Amino acid sequence: MPAWLTDEEYAVLSAACDCMIPASDAFPSASAAGVPDYIDRLLGAFTFDPPRIWAGGPTSGRYGGEAAFGHFHELTALDELAWRMRIEGSCGLPEREFNGPVIGFQQRYRTGLAELGSEFIALPAPDQEARLRALPEFAELLYGHACEGMYGAPEYGGNRNGIGWQAIGFDGDVQPRGWTDEEVTNP
Amino acid sequence: MTVDAVIVGSGPGGATAAEVLTAGGWNVTIIEKGRNHLLDPDNLTQPSFDYSNDEIKFHSRHFLGPDPLVEPRTFRTEESDGDRVHVGEFNSLPTTVGGGGVHADGKVPRFRPDDFRILSRFGPQPGADVDDWPVDYGELEPYYAEVERAIGVAGTEGSNPFAAPRSGPFPMPSGAPMFGAVRSTAAAEKLGYHPYPAPSAVNSVPYDSRPACNNCGFCAFFGCPIHAKGDPISMLQRTMASGRAELLSETFVSRVRVEGRRATGVDVIGPDGAERFLAARHVIVAAGAIETPRLLLLSDFDHPLIGRYLMTHFQTITAGSMPYRTYGERGRAVTHVHDDMIVGDDASRAAAVEAGLPWIRGGLVEHSGGGLPIMEAKHMPWGSMHPEIMANSPIRRGLWAFIMQGEDLPYATNRVDLDPAVKDARGFPVARVTYKPGRHELVASAHYGPRLVAILEEMGAQWTASTSSPGTGNASLPEAIPESRHNMGTVRMGTDPATSVVDAAGRVHGLDNVVVADSSVFVTSAGYGPTLTLAALAARAAHLLV
Repeated sequence: MPAWLTDEEYAVLSAACDCMIPASDAFPSASAAGVPDYIDRLLGAFTFDPPRIWAGGPTSGRYGGEAAFGHFHELTALDELAWRMRIEGSCGLPEREFNGPVIGFQQRYRTGLAELGSEFIALPAPDQEARLRALPEFAELLYGHACEGMYGAPEYGGNRNGIGWQAIGFDGDVQPRGWTDEEVTNP
Repeated sequence: MTVDAVIVGSGPGGATAAEVLTAGGWNVTIIEKGRNHLLDPDNLTQPSFDYSNDEIKFHSRHFLGPDPLVEPRTFRTEESDGDRVHVGEFNSLPTTVGGGGVHADGKVPRFRPDDFRILSRFGPQPGADVDDWPVDYGELEPYYAEVERAIGVAGTEGSNPFAAPRSGPFPMPSGAPMFGAVRSTAAAEKLGYHPYPAPSAVNSVPYDSRPACNNCGFCAFFGCPIHAKGDPISMLQRTMASGRAELLSETFVSRVRVEGRRATGVDVIGPDGAERFLAARHVIVAAGAIETPRLLLLSDFDHPLIGRYLMTHFQTITAGSMPYRTYGERGRAVTHVHDDMIVGDDASRAAAVEAGLPWIRGGLVEHSGGGLPIMEAKHMPWGSMHPEIMANSPIRRGLWAFIMQGEDLPYATNRVDLDPAVKDARGFPVARVTYKPGRHELVASAHYGPRLVAILEEMGAQWTASTSSPGTGNASLPEAIPESRHNMGTVRMGTDPATSVVDAAGRVHGLDNVVVADSSVFVTSAGYGPTLTLAALAARAAHLLV
């Protein structure tokens, strides 16, 4: 069950992500890599405690060390203000409108996915692409997040099991192993 | 209690001043606007381990601050743009304990003697207010040596034929050369240039209880997960171990209070939002070349040059796609550089003459690998071509690049002031930047760009691309905003109070006890990263106090 999106919105989002990053040969589609989950958990970051904004450090466990990325950082009051403004928008609250109203990711996604429409899922690929290109601001927002969900750390919900990194030959986070001097100079 | 000094900012300048002052017996309070992710909150003499190889956290989500929604800056290219054309980030350095040192990849070159005497050595430049510094290289050399030891700098003496004279060896040998740099240095040498191992604040061997770098590759714009980067954690650890320092993070300084010729202390707002006054015998301002003039202006300091002469380095960026993997993701981001394009030659002198300029100066050229995958993907198209393009990875796996940190001349019109309307979340006016490059920077970039391309072609590049930061085409956003992360020159140093804000000791003219200890004081920008020079100036300023 999605953290913030409705099931219908999640389905449209998955189709839109797959239109942007489709499967090809050994290359996984965005939805197979968990990109919609990355976006849903960003939109619903404050349904988790601590909010899922910044993964922990210094290691993920993938190359040794503890699986510390899973321990998300606590937010300060100022951090929470910034991220609630970014995600939820200013919602008419004076403490969030010191420079005027802010439209948050949640509203932009809710509006954008509604404009794509539930029928988007069943459209042929060229029609899906045309519909996304007709919404350039939403497409730009979505694609930026899709890139993060495809090629960012799996702890944020996307790049499932590092499948996005494997598809592009990237080793991911490598601490604490790092690379030997020989691997740096004469790989 | 009245401390001997409050230090505003915990970056390389503030941390260096703090170490020198506490070693001299002073009790200091270091005030940092951002969070503490650098030192163990339960024992501030020890490191914390919050940093990680996480592109989302550091590149996409402002982990090191500032968050542009709650601490924005505003931007315009010139006054005729109106009040502003952009609200958000401007060339932001981290707002966090450790400041800009945390995200820097650690290249810490010294300036050369000529860099301190541009006016007398080269003469004036139309439209720019170039001048000599009130300190010269010889006066600064002992402090360069001191901060190199304090930070822990790796380098190879004698490898750069243009290097300034040194009183002693580098504290550490250079680390492992990156695979791509071995090829780019060979190509550059073949074309007559003189690349050398970059002086680097990254441990090549264990130093000062911190480990040697293990080459993870997440260096520029990331905090170091193992603290192999010494700037400025090494100074902060020793400062806290002195027992004479307090560190207040998440604390904003809203005003330097002045009575007559003396500052009495600072007004601060703590993490709980409560305001209070901290009394101090001296106030050291080291908040960086954007926030330092902002604080002085918020404090109603009235020197007309406060905020003027902002310099950022005009970056010429050329990239080539090689028919082989460059392994740019392994190693410490940049292991080699060359100075030839600072020094100049007959061709650059001819280019200046042709452009009708008295002289041009380029900058340090960094030999650099490609980007990280999220950054790469955001530059690539979405749609059916995406998988193939990303699998081929044109701007990561096969990329090699040169970044020239072009000397940016001081123009009075490039400045920081207080935005008339936009505020931060605490309700204070934010810094507004008015900035555009001058003709000198554009001519120098146009001259050196093709020469950098020639090195990439010598390396075997299948295609190359050149750009600059800020962009040279239409001054449209966001290209018009520089991204060098080097800010300098907004609180100019000099002997004459009519043409400078602080004296040669960093002390604000007309006040006995307010010292600026960051790159705000730079008279000219040289073509080198500012960190080591600002730290050396901060060390000198602090030694002159104790």
